[in-house]
Order: sequence, then C-alpha cells, then structure tokens
Amino acid sequence: MSSETARDRASEILARRYDVLVVGGGNAALCAAINARRGGAEVLVVEAAPRFYRGGNTRHTRNLRCAHDEANEVLTGPYPEEEFWDDLLRVTGGETDEELAKFTIRESKELWDFMNEQGVRFQPSLGGTLSLGRTNAFFLGGGRALINALYLTAEKLGIEVLYDAEVTDLEIEDGFFSAAAVSYAGREHRVEAKALVAAAGGFEANIEWLTEAWGPEAENFLIRGTPYNKGSMLRMLLDRGVKQIGDPKQCHAVAIDARAPKFDGGISTRLDCVVFGIVVNRNAERFYDEGEDFWPKRYAIWGRLVAAQPDQIGYAIIDSRSIDKFMPSIFPPIEAGSIEELAGKLELDPGKLRATVDGFNAAVQPGNFDPNALDDCRTEGLAPEKTHWARTISEPPFYAYPLRPGITFTYLGVRVNKRAQIIMDDGKPSANMFAAGEIMAGNVLGQGYLAGIGMTIGAVFGRIAGREAGNYVRN
Amino acid sequence: MFATKDLEEADRLMRICNACRYCEGLCAVFPAMEMRRTFSDGDLNYLSNLCHQCGACYYDCQYAPPHEFDVNVPRTLSKVRTDSYRSYAWPRAFAPMFERNGLMVALVASLSVAVFLIGFMAWSDPGVMFSTQTGEGAFYRIMPHNAMVAVFGAAFLYAIFAMWMGFNAFWKDIGASGERLEGQSVWQAMKDAGQLRYLDGGGVGCMNEDERPTDMRRHYHHATFYGFMLCLASTSVATIYHYAFGWEAPYSWYSLPVILGTVGGIGLVVGPAGLLGAKWTRDRAMSDTGRFGMDIAFLAMLFLVGATGLLLLFLRATPAMGTLLAIHLGFVFGFFITMPYGKFVHGLYRFGALVRYAMERRAAGLVGA
Ligand SMILES: Cc1cc2nc3c(=O)[nH]c(=O)nc-3n(C[C@H](O)[C@H](O)[C@H](O)COP(=O)(O)OP(=O)(O)OC[C@H]3O[C@@H](n4cnc5c(N)ncnc54)[C@H](O)[C@@H]3O)c2cc1C
Ligand code: SF4
Ligand code: SF4
Repeated sequence: MSSETARDRASEILARRYDVLVVGGGNAALCAAINARRGGAEVLVVEAAPRFYRGGNTRHTRNLRCAHDEANEVLTGPYPEEEFWDDLLRVTGGETDEELAKFTIRESKELWDFMNEQGVRFQPSLGGTLSLGRTNAFFLGGGRALINALYLTAEKLGIEVLYDAEVTDLEIEDGFFSAAAVSYAGREHRVEAKALVAAAGGFEANIEWLTEAWGPEAENFLIRGTPYNKGSMLRMLLDRGVKQIGDPKQCHAVAIDARAPKFDGGISTRLDCVVFGIVVNRNAERFYDEGEDFWPKRYAIWGRLVAAQPDQIGYAIIDSRSIDKFMPSIFPPIEAGSIEELAGKLELDPGKLRATVDGFNAAVQPGNFDPNALDDCRTEGLAPEKTHWARTISEPPFYAYPLRPGITFTYLGVRVNKRAQIIMDDGKPSANMFAAGEIMAGNVLGQGYLAGIGMTIGAVFGRIAGREAGNYVRN
Repeated sequence: MFATKDLEEADRLMRICNACRYCEGLCAVFPAMEMRRTFSDGDLNYLSNLCHQCGACYYDCQYAPPHEFDVNVPRTLSKVRTDSYRSYAWPRAFAPMFERNGLMVALVASLSVAVFLIGFMAWSDPGVMFSTQTGEGAFYRIMPHNAMVAVFGAAFLYAIFAMWMGFNAFWKDIGASGERLEGQSVWQAMKDAGQLRYLDGGGVGCMNEDERPTDMRRHYHHATFYGFMLCLASTSVATIYHYAFGWEAPYSWYSLPVILGTVGGIGLVVGPAGLLGAKWTRDRAMSDTGRFGMDIAFLAMLFLVGATGLLLLFLRATPAMGTLLAIHLGFVFGFFITMPYGKFVHGLYRFGALVRYAMERRAAGLVGA
C-alpha cells in the first residue's frame, strides 16, 4: 500500500463511530478487542507503535501463569488456586487487593482454553527455566508469535486495527467517556465511541516520569521493552479524575547486561551469572549477598540493588570454573588473565578490586559446591557475607559482565473493579471506561514479581473489559 | 575466525538465539543450538542444513529487522547452507558450479538435450526417428537398450559417487565422522525427513508470504519428493522386467512401471510448479534472493523431467515419440550429471543433519519426541 492510500484508509477508519475504542495493541488490548467483537460490538484498536513493533511489551514475553487442577500436554502438574495465591501473597508482601487477586487467579484457569481458541500455541518450558514448567504456560515461538496469532484472529473477526496511531487526548465528563483524539501521520482525529478500553501498558519507557519517581538515577536505567510505552494514557486518565493505584517507584527491575540497548533489548540481555561469583560496584566493593537464594527467586531484586549503587552500575566477576554454569549471554564476557588486568578493562581501581577479591577468597569456607541446591559453600567474616555457592575467584582467566538496572514493568496504574471498570476519584466506577493489562496491574501486583503474572493480568482483565464493554454497548 | 562473513553472522545470531531461546519449540535447529555455547564453522554448517527454511522463527522473532539486533535466521542459515554445498563439492574443481548455478545447470541441461537430439538424428534411421513406432522395443529402435543402460548407468553412478564424496566431507565437517551410527537414529531421521516434520513451524504450518501459516510448501514438497521416488521406482521395476523377465518397454497403460511413472510424473509436475509459485510469493526479506537461480534451476529441471516424461507417455504412439524421447532423455541425463552440483544435495545434507540430530538427542538422553 502506498503511503497515500494508507493515509486515506486511516482517515476513513478514524472518521467512523465505534462501539468500543481499544487503546493499546498488546495482549490486554487484543483480548479485550476480541471479546468485545465476539459480543457483537464494532471495535477499533489504535496502537501507537508501527506494525512491526505492535504488541508493546507483549512481544517480549514468553509465558503466562495460570492456575489449573491437572497436568496437561505442556504443564507438568497441577497448580491449585490456593498455591497461586500463596505465591502472590509472598512476593507482594500483602501489597495486593485480595478480592481482585483471588478473582484473577480463578479466572486464570480459563486462559489455557481461551488462548488456544484464539490460535495461540503453547510449548513446554524452555531450556533453563525448568522451575516454571508446572506453573507457567510458554508460548510456542514466544510473545511475538502470540501477538501474531491474536492479530490474525482479530482480523478474521473484522476488528479494525490502526498502527502508528496514538491517543493524545480523552474527552471525559463525570466519569463518562465520549471521544478520543488520535494522532495519525501528523494529524489529530476525533474518534467517538460508546465505550473505552484502556490497555496501553505501563510508563516504563518514559524516562522523565521515572526520574520524577526515582530521581536522576533513572537516567541510567535501561528499558527492556518497547520505547512506545510512555504511559500517556495512564497520565491522561489520572489527570481526568481517575483513581490511582500503586506507587510510581514500584516496578519490576532486574540487573541486565549494561551493554544492552537503551530500549527494547528484551529477554536476551539478561544475565544469570550473579550467584556464581561476586558483584562489585564502581568502587570495587561488594554490596549484597550474591548467594542468598536461587537465581530465579533473586532475579528481581538485583535491579534495585544495582540502581542504588553509584552511577547505577555493577560488575559480576567470576572465574573460569563458572563460565559455562549459566545460560549463555548475548554479549561476550570481558576476559582477563589477572584481576588487575580485569580491573583495568572495567576501569575499576586495580588495587581495590584485588583487595576485595582477596578478602572474599580468604573468607570462603570449605564446602561441597552444588549449583542445584542451597549448598554449604559460604563465606565467614565478610560484610555482606555470601551465603551459598561461594567459591574462590582464583582460576584464570577471569571474566566480568557489567550490570545495569533494566526496567521491565511499572506498577502505578488506574484503580479498577472486578468488571474491569475504571474507578473515579470519588470511588464510583465509570459506566463506560474499562482498563486491562499493565495499566491496571498494580491492583493485583503492588510490589515484587511473579514470573508470568503480567500476561495473566492482561488476559484476564482484557477478556473481562471486552465483555463488559460489549455488554454496556448492547444495553 | 570464521571462513566467511555469513558464518560470522550466523554465529552472531546463534549467540542471540541461545540467550533468548523463544523458538526452541519450532524446529530442530534451536534445540541443537542449545547443546552448544560456542559455534565452529562445522557447527554452523550443521545447524544451517538442519534448518528447513519454514520461516516461522523470522515472524516470531521480536528482534527481526527493523530491530537493531537484525535477527534473520532463515536468510542467514540459507546463505550458510548454500555455501556449505559448494565447500563439499567433489571434485573440488567443480565447486564453481555452485556459483551462478542456475545458469550452469541450464547450460548443462540444454547441452545434453541438444546432444541427444543430434545424436539420435545422426545415428538412428530418420525413418524410425520420425515415424510411429509401437510394440515391444519401440524405444530401443531409436536408442539401443544397452547404449541407454551404459550412458545412464554411468551418469547415475558418477552422480552417486560424487555425492557420496560430498556427503563424507559434510559428515566430517559437522564433526560426526568419529561417531558410531545407530540404526535408530537413521530410522528417526527417515521419519523426520519423510514427514518433513520440521517444515511445520512447530505445528502451526510454515510461513511463506507473511505471518499467516500455510502448509502448502510441505504438500508441494511431498508431491515432488514422492513423485521423484515413484519415478525411480518405475525405472527400477522396468529394469527388472527387462532383465529378469525379458519384457521390453513400452509397457501397457496398466503395467506397474507406467502407473508408477504416471503418478510420479504428475507429482514431479505439480510439486515443483507449486514450489516455484511459493518461491515467487515468498517474503523476500527472509530469503537469500541472490541464490534463487539454484533453486529455480532445480525445480525447473524436475518439472521438465516430469513433464517430458508424461508427454512421452501420452504421445509414444505418434511420430513425435523419437523427438520426445531425445528431449526427455536429455533432461534426465542433464539432471543426473548436475545432481551433485545443485540443489539436489540439500536432501542429502539435510538428511545427514537430521541423523546427526537424532544421534545427539540420544546421546543427551532425550530420545523420543
Ligand atoms: C523483556 C520482557 C519480558 C517479559 N516477559 C514476560 C513473561 O514471560 N510473562 C509475563 O507475564 N510478562 C512478561 N513481561 C511483562 C509483560 O510484557 C507485560 O506485563 C505485558 O506485556 C503487558 O501487556 P499490556 O497489553 O498491558 O501492554 P503492552 O503489551 O506493553 O502493550 C501496550 C501497548 O500500548 C501501546 N500504547 C501506549 N500508549 C499508547 C497510546 N497513547 N495510544 C495508543 N497506543 C498506545 C503501545 O505501543 C503498546 O503496544 C515481560 C516484559 C519484558 C519487557
Ligand atoms: S529467532 Fe529471535 S525469537 Fe527466535 S530464538 Fe532467535 S532471537 Fe529468539
Ligand atoms: S526457518 Fe524454520 S526450520 Fe529454519 S531455523 Fe527457523 S524455525 Fe527452524
């Protein structure tokens, strides 16, 4: 299609009136659009990203967590609702709305069938993630395959989709939505719809906003996902009388390779080597127990730990005995024959790094190294100690990986109820505004992280938002 | 480090994929990749020949172009694969056949058709060549059976030998030559190849024009492959008829060689035509367009062998028979002698890669699915 015909088509699409306007183009948006359409509504999906980048952070995902009572061809065993709830309670430390969370978990039981019906295919857990084989259903081909399947279904159902189309303004009066301004190819279009579904993700790509919450440190954060999740929908809703949930500082941040691109580096920039060595900061000092627990469980705290260090940078240092003990990384390790040489390459003070490594080596107690158990290899007399998998860093060559905080997911959002209706400041639900996905995930996940729950929340509330918006329009 | 730029690129991609692994369930390439952390030229040649070019990992990849990581596994592996054919060619002097392969194959084919036409006209009686011939031994009045067997037997044996040498080079390159070959792995590979198990995008179908899965390439490939096998079977049965029973061609419409040959010939016409069509509409972004010549030449040869065979069958009782026989035999001869120097070898190396993959899985204790 030439750009002119594309623009004509877009103008024609944007000139129509819709029953349901869905803002966003990821998992939550598509689940909502599909369900609203199946309920008979005329649906328009506006996605700010170009076609290739459609599906925001959903493109980068690999699994969703769903409760189930029996094993199936992919999930290796039952995952009862109660266990899911216990897991959620533990990671959030109670920062969750119990009613909504339990409701989400119950509804998650239907996701397996629902996703299959939309053409999404699953596979057993990927190499290196066996611990998730029972609880999480992995998408065959990853998140982009899921997104492709959902768009294909949307197309077959006759849902209109427009890419490169960003919502820049909302007309809301007394909690009632009437129209949105959609910016397309440099022009603003007023699009009227009877109901709105806000499914535009989080604000993790909005560095300014992150800086407001975190201070100037946020300038050094890497954004693991799409550059298009600027949180503009969230901001507009909050500015127009919608009740806020969550803390802008709460987010899922992991330590990733500092050489990753600023945006969209995705899964392949993660590093799993922390437990096998030590991690030092810019001053060549250790700052946390690297062997506290298994990596998957500790994965999500290291982003914050590194964020708290000077210049928001850390360096994982291991020796040749550990180099093939973890998932391979996309970037080659920085290699050196001696600790001093390594320090030189990392631009750390060689004397200080030597002292830190020597001090660590001297504190390592004898033990039986076992990467598959919380073993008895630990240090004694250090602050902080390393409590498991502590082996001396003594066999050259030595290797280092630089670490930076990588933001995955933000928790600040809009308050919703079980019908996915957006709650206004006065506590009343909006009649025709619904929200799903990361934009409301903070209702369930106020803190901490449980692998795969982002997609669960998006799919559960997306389905409900679509259904409820469809119902509203019909009545 | 790496012998070519394409191998270097393949190494870069495999490192990204190995850190990502999202495509693990799509085919055999990714699980085989995961058994390694670093990749030698031989490893990359192995992985590239294991790839069936289904395209799924291109559309499923969050890092595909225009993403800055520029991950295009099908295109890169396709380039590496074609280069590997060249490097295994025997004798080495014929390796350049793989450059501008389309042109080379077309030249050889037309030359051999011309030689048969001229040869028939020079040596056989024009009265026989251009008149209706029927009954036992009709074909052999134009070219004596023994001459046919000698010429085609020699061409075929040469092709088999050259390909055997190529296969040995491949087997050594991918690091499999020291290992014991078990029957079970070969059987597994035969099943995987026979079904084209890895041309299905992990179960949804292969992707050709866009992210919409389709199974058409698999169907057309089955038509081509099984068509080819049926034609081989037809020739073998006819040879047995000739030597064991003294029954001379042409055979009746309901005889086994003719039925096998007809069904096989139809497969060889429909299959390559379908594959050519699919090639035409295929998303250029994931194809190694510079190498289309080789694929097209191979498909065209198969199509022409099939089509001229069918024509010969239908017009064998007309004066056109002599000319058609020359053309058909010309294409068959051209096909035989270019077999080791064209796309035909893909089947051989891919099969070898599947055997190797089955061996690796057994060694890793992952037998079964
Ligand atoms: C590397 C990585 C891996 C992850 N892995 C997993 C995983 O395995 N499992 C899991 O559960 N979660 C995972 N997550 C989290 C997961 O991506 C999110 O929870 C989930 O994708 C949120 O879905 P969503 O539909 O709400 O938002 P998104 O999928 O991010 O979609 C939001 C969309 O809204 C569009 N948009 C934004 N503003 C506007 C606007 N004003 N107008 C129009 N459109 C707009 C954006 O372009 C974007 O496409 C991962 C995240 C990352 C970064
Ligand atoms: S092709 Fe892309 S999505 Fe698939 S494994 Fe490689 S990097 Fe990951
Ligand atoms: S193109 Fe298909 S067969 Fe080749 S690597 Fe990708 S998914 Fe595997």
